[in-house]
Amino acid sequence: MYAQMIKTAGTGVKDRDEMSEEERKFQDRIDAGEKIEPKDWMPDDYRATLIRQIGQHAHSEIVGTLPEGNWVTRAPTLERKAILLAKVQDEAGHGLYLYCAAETLGISRDELTEDLLSGKMKYSSIFNYPTLNWADIGAVGWLVDGAAIMNQVPLQRTSFGPYSRAMIRICKEESFHQRQGYDAIRACAEGTPAQKKMAQDAMNRFWYPALMMFGPSDTDSVHSAQSMAWKIKINTNDELRQKFVDQTVPQAEYLGLTIPDPNLKWNEERGHYDFSQPDWSEFFNVIKGNGPCNVDRMAARNKAWDDGEWVREGMLAHARKKAAAKVAAE
Amino acid sequence: MTRQDALFQFLLRMGDNTLILGHRISEWCGIAPVLEEDIALANTALDFIGQTQFWLGYAGEVEGKDQDADRLAFHRDAWDFRNVLLCEMPNGDFGQTIMRQFLFDAWHSIFLGRLLKSSDPRVAEIAEKASKEVAYHLERSAGTVVALGDGTEESHARMQAALDYLYPYVGEMFLSDEVDQQMAEAGIAPDPATLREEYDALVARVMAEATLNIPENRYAHKGGRDGYMHTEHLGHLLCEMQWLQRAYPDAKW
Repeated sequence: MYAQMIKTAGTGVKDRDEMSEEERKFQDRIDAGEKIEPKDWMPDDYRATLIRQIGQHAHSEIVGTLPEGNWVTRAPTLERKAILLAKVQDEAGHGLYLYCAAETLGISRDELTEDLLSGKMKYSSIFNYPTLNWADIGAVGWLVDGAAIMNQVPLQRTSFGPYSRAMIRICKEESFHQRQGYDAIRACAEGTPAQKKMAQDAMNRFWYPALMMFGPSDTDSVHSAQSMAWKIKINTNDELRQKFVDQTVPQAEYLGLTIPDPNLKWNEERGHYDFSQPDWSEFFNVIKGNGPCNVDRMAARNKAWDDGEWVREGMLAHARKKAAAKVAAE
Repeated sequence: MTRQDALFQFLLRMGDNTLILGHRISEWCGIAPVLEEDIALANTALDFIGQTQFWLGYAGEVEGKDQDADRLAFHRDAWDFRNVLLCEMPNGDFGQTIMRQFLFDAWHSIFLGRLLKSSDPRVAEIAEKASKEVAYHLERSAGTVVALGDGTEESHARMQAALDYLYPYVGEMFLSDEVDQQMAEAGIAPDPATLREEYDALVARVMAEATLNIPENRYAHKGGRDGYMHTEHLGHLLCEMQWLQRAYPDAKW
């Protein structure tokens, strides 16, 4: 998932008798499966939480283009390069829909961008890990997009209409990316000894960061309970992580890649794989800014924004002159 | 030079232009001035990579030495590249990138327009597909050059500097040599020299609207389209682009 550790606004789920008349009606609509649209009444905490969640998702799409862009100019064939460029373009497009969805809640894209650049808002921890060999691009598509889809598929049913519609479109593209990523790492896993080494190296480095994408266990979190009652979160983090592991293990086996977890084994009784948790202290460090690439990613985004200022100002100045000329002509 | 050799060289010129310029644009991935530009630049790069697959794929067939588009893209050294120098010039700031794009798009759209009537059906077919994409590239790059030329004092100064820097690389697109003469005689492609007037009119119109001055000096740097002397920039681009293929020549990707 590209939104992690979203702090749900408010103090947790209210009992019906604690709710105002408006809140009760709002909750009834959600319980009935109705979509909430931008002009509808909504609790301030619902609005604030969605802005955080959609904003963080949008930022993740944008920052996520950097580790992939790192290999665009070194892609090994014209076809792989075209696939990667198309993927990065899709991701920038996802960022765009998501910023638009957030704008319907009363915040501008520029405000959200400022909050990203100042470090006030976060993006997914996964994009603070480096892409070091070509097979990493396969691993990002397969494991990172694969983990993202686990959360995004249920979010197609989320209560906020613009978010739900954005997710429906995004999921179609993400599942395509996941298959393309799997195909890219498959070519490495089935290739020369050096390519196999790339694929295994990518697996070794991306497995635990991919598991971290779901966030720490939130089964007992009052905040998550509120987000689930509002249907802006559909499953617990642990449910999604388990689903991801169960789906991914056979795919790794097919490739002949070893998942770097000695405790990974099928549990007949549970009907699921048992697996080791990632190192959560590493996760919290990455969130705090101590990941391998945090500083470089933010520097790259800030530089792009600062270098582009004259372009944005030039475009706006031209648009204003044109508008003024049109008014003068009328 | 046989007709087949000339056709091979012509196809390399078309495919290397799109390969090298597509690569340059792809260097912008994730760092454009605004999200819409990130999308547009990736889209343009993607179009060029697609066109490269067609041109170089056909070039390999014509050459008949079992080289496919990837082999040609990733296993030739700088002296075998046939792109005009303009395409390999560095990105510079966004203004330089978009000015380079416009100066190329204007030529590309006129040239592809002529190729629609090529006597070689494969060339006509590729041109038909590419010209739809390039019509859009030209509309966008011209619009952006106008906006930034006419925008603020700073954007105007940057666009004028970009035009001054790149204009000496325009002339090469209109040079003719034996390859061009053979292509013209066979009705495969026009002699580039015959297109200059139309190009100049188009560029003059856009630059006037952009309030930019076209340099009077028409000196033309050359050496890209015949491979005699590329710029120093091309070698570095190839180092990056070809590294994986060269480092692991036995691998299938």
